[in-house]
Amino acid sequence: MLIKVGMADLKATKAPNNLMTSGLGSCIGICLYDAVAKVGGLAHIMLPHSAHARSSENKAKFADTAIPVLLDDMIRLGAVKSRLVAKIAGGAQMFSFPGASDVMRIGERNAEAVVLKLRQENIPLLAKETGGNYGRTIELDTTNGKLLIRTIDRGEKVL
Amino acid sequence: MDFLSLSPMQMDALREVGNVGAGNAATALSQMVQKAIDMKVPALGVVPFDQVADRMGGPESLVAGVYLRVEGKAPANLLFVLPIESAKALVDMLMGLPAGTTEEIGEIQESALKEVGNILAGTYLNALSMFTQITFEQSVPALAMDMAAAIISVVLATIAEVGDHALLLSTEFVGESEAIEGSLFLIPEEGSLELILGSLGLA
Repeated sequence: MLIKVGMADLKATKAPNNLMTSGLGSCIGICLYDAVAKVGGLAHIMLPHSAHARSSENKAKFADTAIPVLLDDMIRLGAVKSRLVAKIAGGAQMFSFPGASDVMRIGERNAEAVVLKLRQENIPLLAKETGGNYGRTIELDTTNGKLLIRTIDRGEKVL
Repeated sequence: MDFLSLSPMQMDALREVGNVGAGNAATALSQMVQKAIDMKVPALGVVPFDQVADRMGGPESLVAGVYLRVEGKAPANLLFVLPIESAKALVDMLMGLPAGTTEEIGEIQESALKEVGNILAGTYLNALSMFTQITFEQSVPALAMDMAAAIISVVLATIAEVGDHALLLSTEFVGESEAIEGSLFLIPEEGSLELILGSLGLA
């Protein structure tokens, strides 16, 4: 079964279910995987930090709060934290304005926040495909941990 | 104020403002392409982030989006979205070329589409200013051609800190004889909505 993860959403599952999220722009798809338990998790975050947010009920929206929730969900399915590895994609700058403000650099800031949070959690980042100015649809194969990345006119890639 | 707590009267008022703004924008677009452009009745929706791209043909549909930031007292986002085929057809009309001529969107075609976004935004915001006496400053337009969800994600990121829904005031434009369609979306930030409603006497 292919499980869809929406924007500001996260899901964990076991093989043979795959996880996918479509149309990542400035958002980041964070994929965590335990190769022994064959447990995968995918979070589609929109913003780097929950600290300034007035509404933080939805933890899947922020890099710093989504990763701990995703970890818990995966551990509940049998994953072991020390075995987890990460792959991430997204964080594009879809629009370029002259003298781009911070608002427009949101993709880059998202990527930085995700990398930092993974480091804090001691989860090795095996591969990343972030930045650029194009959208990405990703699918995590929970049988082998491979991450398929599809784009409109830059073809496909497997991390 | 939360988008979800809008009263029917407030929603009617916003739709009416959107109606006049989009009417002006449709007229401006007609003049640019020298063809009749019809406008559908504006739709106002409070939409969960995850469903916004569905209003643009689905998360992975290939669209052109012209994006303008609206700055000033009442910050907002304006996004003009067209299916890629419509964008090509629109370029043909703008440049006075026979339908079907434009196959690729290069630099010149991008400029033409950005200019359309610029003029739509200007006329739309003028109407909004007249109603509200609020000054809106529009940024220069930026253009992206990609998956609808990827394009809208940037816009939604500007309002995501305060909630999980976007207020979308949208109007669909349709060419009377030509096969073009496109939608203009006004996506205000939360505080702006309060200001706009306040200036209409409906806060």
